[in-house]
Amino acid sequence: MRHFISIADLRREEALEVLATAEHMAQTQSRAIRKLPTLVGTTVVNLFFEDSTRTRISFEAAAKRLSADVINFSAKGSSISKGESLKDTALTLQAMGADAVVVRSGSAGAAHLLAHAGWIDQPIVNAGDGAHEHPTQAMLDAFTMRRHLRPGDPHADLDGLHVVIVGDVLHSRVARSNVLLLTLLGARVTLVAPPALVPVGATGWPCEISYDLDEALAAGPDAVMMLRVQHERMIGGGFFPTAGEYSRRYGLSAARAASLPAHTIVMHPGPMNRGFEIAGSVADSPRSVIVEQVASGVFVRMAVLYHLLATDAREAPREN
Amino acid sequence: MRTEPVTSDARTEPPAPLLIRGGRPYGEGVQDVLVRDGRIAAIGADLEAPADAEVIDAEGCIVLPGLVDLHTHLREPGGEEAETVETGTRAAARGGFTAVHAMANTTPVADTAGVVEQVALRGDSAGWCAVRPVGAVTVGLAGERLAELDAMANSRARVRVFSDDGKCVHDPVLMRRALEYVKSFDGVIAQHAQDPRLTDGAQMHEGLVSAELGLAGWPAVAEESIIARDVLLAQHVGSRLHVCHLSTAGSVDIVRWAKQRGIAVTAEVTPHHLLLTDENVRQFDAVFKVNPPLRTAADVEAVREGLADGTIDIVATDHAPHPADAKDREWDQAAMGMTGLETALSLVQSTMVDPGRISWRDVARVLSEAPARIGRDEDQGRPLAVGEPAHLLVWDPRPVRVSDPSEHASQGRNSPFAGLELPGANRLTLLAGRATVRDGAVVER
Amino acid sequence: MTSNDPALGAGAERSRVLGPEEIRRALTRIAHEILESDHGAEDLVLLGIPHRGVPLARRLAELIARAEGRNEGGDLDSLHGALDITMYRDDLRHNPTRAPSPTRIPPAGIDGRTVVLVDDVLYSGRTVRAALDALSAIGRPAAVRLAVLVDRGHRELPIRADHVGKNLPTSRSERVHVQLAETDGTDAVDIVRPAPAGEARA
Repeated sequence: MRHFISIADLRREEALEVLATAEHMAQTQSRAIRKLPTLVGTTVVNLFFEDSTRTRISFEAAAKRLSADVINFSAKGSSISKGESLKDTALTLQAMGADAVVVRSGSAGAAHLLAHAGWIDQPIVNAGDGAHEHPTQAMLDAFTMRRHLRPGDPHADLDGLHVVIVGDVLHSRVARSNVLLLTLLGARVTLVAPPALVPVGATGWPCEISYDLDEALAAGPDAVMMLRVQHERMIGGGFFPTAGEYSRRYGLSAARAASLPAHTIVMHPGPMNRGFEIAGSVADSPRSVIVEQVASGVFVRMAVLYHLLATDAREAPREN
Repeated sequence: MRTEPVTSDARTEPPAPLLIRGGRPYGEGVQDVLVRDGRIAAIGADLEAPADAEVIDAEGCIVLPGLVDLHTHLREPGGEEAETVETGTRAAARGGFTAVHAMANTTPVADTAGVVEQVALRGDSAGWCAVRPVGAVTVGLAGERLAELDAMANSRARVRVFSDDGKCVHDPVLMRRALEYVKSFDGVIAQHAQDPRLTDGAQMHEGLVSAELGLAGWPAVAEESIIARDVLLAQHVGSRLHVCHLSTAGSVDIVRWAKQRGIAVTAEVTPHHLLLTDENVRQFDAVFKVNPPLRTAADVEAVREGLADGTIDIVATDHAPHPADAKDREWDQAAMGMTGLETALSLVQSTMVDPGRISWRDVARVLSEAPARIGRDEDQGRPLAVGEPAHLLVWDPRPVRVSDPSEHASQGRNSPFAGLELPGANRLTLLAGRATVRDGAVVER
Repeated sequence: MTSNDPALGAGAERSRVLGPEEIRRALTRIAHEILESDHGAEDLVLLGIPHRGVPLARRLAELIARAEGRNEGGDLDSLHGALDITMYRDDLRHNPTRAPSPTRIPPAGIDGRTVVLVDDVLYSGRTVRAALDALSAIGRPAAVRLAVLVDRGHRELPIRADHVGKNLPTSRSERVHVQLAETDGTDAVDIVRPAPAGEARA
């Protein structure tokens, strides 16, 4: 792996290898001293054109636990909020000597462009690009599912699991990356959304599409993933008439959660709109793994940084 | 038959007579063509070269009337960092064009007689091809009130084509009035068919690929619904309508239906919509960002079919140069548009002629005669006949070269065909008997 | 004896240094040395360094348990474990990424106990240095010792083994190839000499 841009680029074995490494990282994080010297002397730049405190902190924690130096380059108050182009920013980072760049952008394809435009040589990690992909989020979701639904097997895939993903699929990079990764690992995925929030071309995706949450939940899925719904965009954009109508049809209420099999886990990439797409009591219930997803995020991102940075293919293999 | 000398540039003396030897007019039988005093002086087998004539060996080449582009963005005034009348018309000449229609979305907008006259004057003084300004339909392209169409029509620029290209005249009442208004001087409204509400923030064709890439979709229906409305309006008021850069299978169907009903509609397709698809977007390279967007393979097939059966009247380039910075960006922040003048005929040859879907005779129609007729350009798109103005192209269809935008005369380097093997080479472009291009190179004066 | 060792090319020469019986004897001797130096197995933890150190640690644990007259089943797991050092290497950026192996520490931990690090080959000493770092992140042993099956010399760090199965003088161009029944199906230690440059290319 040279970059970590999209799940679409990933082979099944690569995905499983990253997950196995993430398990290893998780193990090290229960030790007395959690900091590993692995990436000492390297510099990871967090280039965030879009505000996202939780993703940035997660990458920052991951890099620091591996002893990398971290430079945060965020939109607010920096040159990138003053209209500096991605290209100029990339050239700056190249000149500064970054060893890897973690990029978050509202523009689909930004990470791909950074990796392939020839402006910068370093490995690029996509921390979310527009509505395209958010591959580390999908990895952490798969990691969390595996721990709960395939416990004790750090090499398991997700074969035979059924995952229901609910909400604003149209604008969701989380949904796109998850559909690709979960199916790559053998799971069956059902997307549930109001028709206007399903992309017109989603018929080509390797998943089922439903407009009826109750019907999807009645199938007894192993995991239910609620997507964040952005009020402003949704109601202003006319995607559904009112928040109430959305919540009644597509919100994960306590009653709906109670209808699920005992083993079913509930997930949410955060930040949540409590009481809108998910009831507060469901988010706080024992079947909710939402807080654990955050911890998984650090392990998975450590694994990704490790695979991208702890290697230099130009050198010959070591002898014993 | 007219016999007076034709010159586009009073500064130069009429060039020496020129005998184009062994070429095939319209790709048909071999005929020599003698050019003298800016006109075709003789056509026939084995013509004798006058003593003072230059002889061009055109064996194996196609002789066509000079190409006419109904849809060119020369960017001047206001966009000189992207293109100027000088560089854009040099590019046109390299592409085999002897006339271009310069779109109105400049700064200031070409919505007054003053601006269109200025553009026409720049074209005349550059002298690489005729420049026919297109006038804006609405003031400032704002889509709110009609520009002074009559003043532009009766200016020295004699504007006949009006377009808000880049923007759609989406208000149905305004569109109706514009169609009615241009009847008095035999003008035409060239519509950029794009429903603005259905394409708010649109980034690419809405379909399988946009769903995967998470880019906001530009649905085919946003184009087709406007075309459907406009052909009905044109029928209702009895006016001429021209559809710019038609791009979808549904649009072809609607135009075909309208023509069957006798509606005075003409339509154009761009070279890039004859070849490229939304699959090209997958690498997020903004050189493939264009409006209307690249569609699906099925749409490409439909527009080829429409061009072959005459539903689509012409090929027009929508040549849209941009500075590098406007393209070296994230997809959603990059400018829309592609250059096209210098690759247009190669594209038409490879997508339409070489596969046998149209003949070189048809090429003369779709790239010269019909666009000149739609633009009411009496001096262009003329037959290859004795006494006609010598706006000619000698095209060698045999060479195949890897397209390299750095060789283009256009300032724009945003050609989506970079690196593709393209057939054909421009041996000679004649503008009123004077060579503007020889063997692909602009002839400096 | 010649072989087609893919790492060294055709014409590489391989010679057997230790066979199964010699390996068994070497490990038995090391087990007794450990017991003697530590006055019994009470506070002993054997941690193998992946990959081949792990089965070696297990074999030593079995030998020690037998020598102590312990039951081989139950408390054997409290005597040995595995210590992955991948994340502590100082050469990661110069080598292809390796997937980390599990670290397994006996339930009682290592604090205050004597840890014996077990590896197949001692060479530059960098692996052992990484293991000492990895160990310090897990706990604070009373003492750390090092047992290796083969010491081939060429140390780059001030590190020496406490228990050595076989001292094996080598040149840097040679490779020491350890095979164990658990990982490779057979017990053997070979030295592989690369073919002369011209021949290897043939």
